[in-house]
Amino acid sequence: MGEPFRERLSRVPLALGTSGVDPFGLDPQWAKYVLMSIGMMHRKYFRTEVHGIERVPTGRVLLIGNHSGQIPIDGTLVAAAMFMDAEPPRIVRAMVEKWAVGLPFVSLLFTRVGQVVGVPENATRLLAQGEALLVFPEGVRGIAKTIDQRYQLTDFGLGFMRLAIETGTPIVPVAVVGGEEQYISVANVDGLAKLLHLPAFPIIPQLFVPGGQFPLPTKYRIWFGEPMHFSGDPDDDDSVMEEKVWLVKQTIQSMLNRGLKERKHIFW
Amino acid sequence: MVESQTQPPPSPAPRSRTASIIPGVEGPAVLVTGICGRLGKRLARVLHRERAVVGVDRRPFIDKPKDIHHLQVDLRRKKLKDVFRANDIRAVVHLGVMHDPRASSAEHHSWNVAGFGKLLEYVAQFRVPKLVVLSSANVYGPQPSNPQFLSEESPLLGGQNFSDIRDLVEVDMLAQSFFWKLPETETVILRPVHILGTVHNAPSNFLRLDPVLTVMGYDPMAQVVNEADVVHAIELALRPGVRGIFNIAGPEPVPLSRLIKILGRKRLSVPYSLASVVLRRMWALRLTNFPVPELDHIRFVCMVDDRRARDVLGFTPRVPLEATVLSVDEGRW
Repeated sequence: MGEPFRERLSRVPLALGTSGVDPFGLDPQWAKYVLMSIGMMHRKYFRTEVHGIERVPTGRVLLIGNHSGQIPIDGTLVAAAMFMDAEPPRIVRAMVEKWAVGLPFVSLLFTRVGQVVGVPENATRLLAQGEALLVFPEGVRGIAKTIDQRYQLTDFGLGFMRLAIETGTPIVPVAVVGGEEQYISVANVDGLAKLLHLPAFPIIPQLFVPGGQFPLPTKYRIWFGEPMHFSGDPDDDDSVMEEKVWLVKQTIQSMLNRGLKERKHIFW
Repeated sequence: MVESQTQPPPSPAPRSRTASIIPGVEGPAVLVTGICGRLGKRLARVLHRERAVVGVDRRPFIDKPKDIHHLQVDLRRKKLKDVFRANDIRAVVHLGVMHDPRASSAEHHSWNVAGFGKLLEYVAQFRVPKLVVLSSANVYGPQPSNPQFLSEESPLLGGQNFSDIRDLVEVDMLAQSFFWKLPETETVILRPVHILGTVHNAPSNFLRLDPVLTVMGYDPMAQVVNEADVVHAIELALRPGVRGIFNIAGPEPVPLSRLIKILGRKRLSVPYSLASVVLRRMWALRLTNFPVPELDHIRFVCMVDDRRARDVLGFTPRVPLEATVLSVDEGRW
């Protein structure tokens, strides 16, 4: 990727201190290796088609997407698109589960590439810093869908809407097509997941085939929608919030439906 | 809770110098507890230029400036009351918090909590208009689930995994209860991040190690502040009209590895499981003064949001990062 890659990295708007690290621990010298590898996945393996990325505003923004694919490759590809295809290039911040931050190496890697602990104070601060924050309001419910439920949005959490209203941040709906077919899950064994303290226990037949441990090389298509602006009281009742969240959810669902209609083939 | 804290403050006692065996100083004075610590001495040297300073500490004050009035008094003794009686105390700065990890927990608790309780009792009785308590950002405790920047309203969870911190949390809470118990006294609680300098506290001693121990796979962001900046913050807190809780942070936060790099020391990176076993053994054999729970400080973040101190207190750190870190070597012995 060479020079153009380094040049892109130098143009990312970051709040770096004199030591070259931002207040959350993001270090571009670390992030470049991760961005390079996800850039390769983005361009060569999943050959992502990106639509409408010019709609993403330059300042603070909440990217709200559909979650899919058993492991969060969708998140990394949205991040890759924001770095490789957006102008100016951005490093997307996402929120990490609290338990992951307690793990050695994992916590270090996440911190250095700009991921932060999933607590509301951090989200508010990042947005005040003018960052792009990626949120999947479906959470585990979305990522662990079985193949028969592909591209059907599950319940959205309300936290992102309260955050958007509180901080006056525009929401950009993001539809990711291609993730649901990378690992085909035929069932979820909830009892076993509970027993093993895992968020989900999917049955994925391809894992038993040599080489099937890698995700299938489906072609990803990512659509960025028009920014949506919401106002009101961030502490309003859930019912009021649900109406606003429903608007975002419906926008993503219709973007997904259109994307699926336009898709001619899963792999190319 | 200390019993005396639950009673309503009695009417101000008459100040009679003749009744006291302790000589007083002329004019309004500031009382500094723990004045013989390195931070206390530094503060005293700054304060005594502008006002009369009365110091209270169990330890002797070597190299004491002539005009500082020092009394070797235990905070828990009745003699402390005589100090209040003999002087016109207009402000109390409480630095006398015991951090010695080797002291027994009973002694620790009695000194920190009962001693501070007595001090509060006299502040109330003699209607001292200003109380500044030096707490610490450690009262929040390092946790993986901490927000990157803790506000003054964050819960004080420091004692959750580190029982020795509990009485420091209690001291902070006692001081907080003073806000509403005695609103006429301007109470200020300062919660500085790791103080570095000639002081012999855990973070400074840790950075004096060579090689510096780190936990493999962790490199948390850290905030440090120079002792001179803490003294400056205390000076600002002593101004009339200032009250409340303030987080005090120094220069920009940096990864722990960067602090070690500034010092030019080697790092010894050890897996947590091994580090905790070895440290426990070394602690038992008195080969180290770092208890095992201190390892959490080099694994997880415990950083503070210091906006309130900047906006309300008018505090900005003056010592840059490099000088702050390098200052630990000035006080090696």
